[in-house]
Amino acid sequence: MSRIDSVTARDSLSVSLTVGAYGVAFGASAVANGFTVVQSCLLSLLTFSGASQFAVVGVIGAGGSAISAIATASLLGVRNGLYGVIMAPRLKVSGLKRIVAAQITIDESTAVSLGAEARSPEAGRHGFWLTGAGVFLFWNLFTLAGALGAQAMGDARAWGLDSAVPAAFLGLVWPRLVSHADRVLAVVSVAFAIAMTPVLPAGLPIIATAFIAIAFGLRR
Amino acid sequence: MNAFWIATIGTSVIAFALKFSGHSMPQHWLENPKLQRVNALIPIALLSALVAVQTFTSQSKVMIDHRLAGLSVAIIALFLKAPFPVVVLSAAATSAAIYNWL
Repeated sequence: MSRIDSVTARDSLSVSLTVGAYGVAFGASAVANGFTVVQSCLLSLLTFSGASQFAVVGVIGAGGSAISAIATASLLGVRNGLYGVIMAPRLKVSGLKRIVAAQITIDESTAVSLGAEARSPEAGRHGFWLTGAGVFLFWNLFTLAGALGAQAMGDARAWGLDSAVPAAFLGLVWPRLVSHADRVLAVVSVAFAIAMTPVLPAGLPIIATAFIAIAFGLRR
Repeated sequence: MNAFWIATIGTSVIAFALKFSGHSMPQHWLENPKLQRVNALIPIALLSALVAVQTFTSQSKVMIDHRLAGLSVAIIALFLKAPFPVVVLSAAATSAAIYNWL
């Protein structure tokens, strides 16, 4: 590996730290929703995709079944597969390296990489590996801290953790609401999920909104 | 094995399978614009639904409580372009204050 330019290193580190620190919120809400510390840490180590992990915790926390939790989380994980399609021809790795690359293919590593690529293809590759590894390290450390902290706290509601989870989801969706149609879809999904909660089994009102998204996407 | 373990392991296996299959797939799969649009819209729908369910429901019942105050503060923070941790922390602090003192 050749020398890493300072802009790539700085971008990777700052993204790793800020995103990683948010692992505290995940660890804490996982435990607050009934997951053990070990399960919370395994989700961060093995699933390693923030939105999917929060979805598992959110659906189970709302009383949903394991199947609807897995389905919701997996639909959110599809985009990582598409990032993989984008990154594979740039990284050109195989064997064990491809397995590692796949595991750290997430929003942040892809975004930093594509940003750094404007400088050179090499900077793009450095950005991917540095950001992926950095987020992985900090995300897992902070998950453990959050899980242990929440375990010590007791009643999650007294600490506002039951609001931290929806606030985190809101923070994840906010930057995606670019066009008018995006905002309409968000409002329709909110209304649908609330209206269907007393009617459908827990978890289904969430996953059913994926079909609203598909209808929106195919219509235009 | 309880639901927590099934969810933990099932999600992890599928998450990795999705990532790895992306790395092993021919690139022209991504070129369909409708597929790209749906891919951008699905997270919006799911995350919005999760916000709604986590804020307004409890045990399959619609409910307005301290969480709405927390979410309102999060929305204000996002309008003010606050960084992510500020959004989450301000929501938690507001919600905790109302839960404990009202």
